[in-house]
Amino acid sequence: MSWTKKVLRINLTEGTCTPEPLNMEWAELYLGQRGLATKYLTEEVPPTTDPLSPENTMYMITGPLTGTMASTAGRYSVVTKSPLTGAVACSNSGGFFGNEMKCAGWDMVILEGKSPTPVYISINDDKAEILPADEIWGKSVWEADEWLHAKHQDPQLRIAAIGVSGEKGVLYSAIINDLHRAAGRSGVGTVMGSKNVKAIALRGSKGVTVNDPKAFFEATTAAKKVLAENAVTGEGLPALGTQVLMNVINEMGAQPTHNYKESVFAGASKISGEAMLEARDSDGKPNLTRNAGCFACTISCGRISTIDPQHFSVQNKEDLHPSYHGNSGGLEYEAAWALGSDTGVDDLDALTYAQFVCNEQGLDPISLGSTIAAAMELFEEGVITTEDTGGIELNFGNAEAMIKCTELVAKGEGFGLELGQGSARFCEKHGRPELSMTVRGQEFPAYDPRSIQGMGLGYATSNRGACHLRGYTVASEVLGIPIKTDPLETEGKAGLQIAFQNATAAFDSAGICIFTSFAWSLEDVAPQLDAACEGEWTVERLSEIGERVWNLERLYNDAAGLGGSADKLPPRMVSEAVTSGPAEGKVNGLDKMLPEYYAERGWSPEGDVTAETKARLGL
Amino acid sequence: MQMSLVIDANKCTGCLQCEMACSYEGEGVFNPTKSRIKIFPFHEEGIFVPYTCTQCDEAWCMHACPVEAIVLNKETGAKEIVNDLCVGCKVCTIACPFGTVNYNADSGKVIKCDLCGGDPECAKACPTDAITYQDANWTGYDKMKDYAAKAMPAN
Repeated sequence: MSWTKKVLRINLTEGTCTPEPLNMEWAELYLGQRGLATKYLTEEVPPTTDPLSPENTMYMITGPLTGTMASTAGRYSVVTKSPLTGAVACSNSGGFFGNEMKCAGWDMVILEGKSPTPVYISINDDKAEILPADEIWGKSVWEADEWLHAKHQDPQLRIAAIGVSGEKGVLYSAIINDLHRAAGRSGVGTVMGSKNVKAIALRGSKGVTVNDPKAFFEATTAAKKVLAENAVTGEGLPALGTQVLMNVINEMGAQPTHNYKESVFAGASKISGEAMLEARDSDGKPNLTRNAGCFACTISCGRISTIDPQHFSVQNKEDLHPSYHGNSGGLEYEAAWALGSDTGVDDLDALTYAQFVCNEQGLDPISLGSTIAAAMELFEEGVITTEDTGGIELNFGNAEAMIKCTELVAKGEGFGLELGQGSARFCEKHGRPELSMTVRGQEFPAYDPRSIQGMGLGYATSNRGACHLRGYTVASEVLGIPIKTDPLETEGKAGLQIAFQNATAAFDSAGICIFTSFAWSLEDVAPQLDAACEGEWTVERLSEIGERVWNLERLYNDAAGLGGSADKLPPRMVSEAVTSGPAEGKVNGLDKMLPEYYAERGWSPEGDVTAETKARLGL
Repeated sequence: MQMSLVIDANKCTGCLQCEMACSYEGEGVFNPTKSRIKIFPFHEEGIFVPYTCTQCDEAWCMHACPVEAIVLNKETGAKEIVNDLCVGCKVCTIACPFGTVNYNADSGKVIKCDLCGGDPECAKACPTDAITYQDANWTGYDKMKDYAAKAMPAN
């Protein structure tokens, strides 16, 4: 129980949908979601595969807790080989799609091959069909969602879809489910588009059961109490969403600004979570309408927001989807920094509009904002001109230019398609690769690694390219969870990153949201899994699974040529010191942390997973 | 004292903990499609509205049932389905003006809220107090208090 033990394998080339048993031997070793699908990927897709070829495979997978009453247990992940990085991709999403897949009786849906024509997948419990999508190809996620609900005459369908950007080959396209939840990073939407799949529409009525209900209710009730009583999950996130971080990170001088040239943004308070609560002049309403929870979530960091009706992005624009004039999924911190401080834009409504566009057309706002910011620096340096940008005056702080670029990338048009290749390819093309703030070709998230040292090591070693969700040592270095460490020091950060990376891989394999880890350790997760699943699930076993998953991902990347040689930060991070704020004068000390990290991981000095480590973890 | 479910849509985040608690209590499985309470998201308006049976005093469903399979629980005030008597004719689903009695094709019976015998699981599971279980004679108490606070003269 808890796993359905069933997998739906869809071969798009052959046009077949075939049920098969879940490999339970692998589930015992890799648990579910991130870990288990990565095991399937490494067994089925050679590391040298072209990510956009029919030979790449996409795994949409739940975890053993997905679909249960455990808090936040509605998650699913999309695992594939990334077209942005060439490394392993694993993007995790909330909403209501993962639980519906599980309710329909499937642990995992596998998409392999490539359909000759645009299609969508319809799954209603045991019945799975590949159906024509010609009428929605070229339409947005939101339009596809409406069309599918109407066509199936079923208001309770749960839908994951790609936008036009994913059809056009923008390399950081996301898969959007439930209108505004995203499997956002590493271009998983691009892979779906390359297979000619527009959407997956799910309906499940079977339900989910657990192994020991009495123990399960005890464990999940106790764990929910821990979340409710924690300052971050019980107060900060419900009150201000992820945007609770904007002012905190800015004040400590770690707010990436102007393509990471600076680390303090003068306009931060104007685009912060607090600003989202302030009544605006036009209609007296605040940006934030209310909190939204994903399935089973007792934290509710999600935001439902409106755009100021008098803002230039929406005023008198009747051709926009009605949601732009009403409510939709509002601003998250990662979108706010990337589209905001990194581009120098301090206009809350412009950012909310850009976030809506990212949801409507399936884009990762982090990679998008970062790429626009890099292009702005190239523009200000005169490397590119209005001739390259199609007439856009691409200066830092220009909200209209940021919006124009967002719209062009969303539709994969003109200059937008060039920006849609990501900042690494864009900067390389224009002869300034050092201005791309990326690792393994994926754009940095919201924390300056010169001001928060551990995050630099995290970006450099992240298996899916630069990322905050692989080892969020911000928790320790800034928020003091589980213990406070000095963000400006490198000492001890190797061990800290490893602990966070391993634990995160276990959380990500369970079917729950990583935000629970502000309050929960594996001590809180283990009893929930132990009650839900057959067998014994201890903290030690979960720790080992986390480490095994990390090493498995690393081995795959090694074989793809993205191992130790790719554990690097852009020169700006290691040789240009922070110019102002509490971290003034600092660079990232990656050279000090990396050898220690390799040694503690049980890897060679070159960063290769050693035979001993492989043997220890059963790899 | 009789109690009632009290719903405050402004507090609902749409997380469906109530639907899972309800389906588990009723069917022994986490399954929103088998829940007697439903959350309705109104996307563009930005609101989530929980909805379930209000336990009408003169219950249309109870009067419409041709086999007297819907009975009053005098202690809780709930109108409860007697599964052994229900023949699945669905007349009650037509009679209910609010749509809160529904047919369950798996069992061949209808399902509706029975207040869990006086200890409703949905209210216990709700993390934001959007669903509470209160004195049936004073379901307006909190709302009255809020307005009273607004009317309070300044000291």
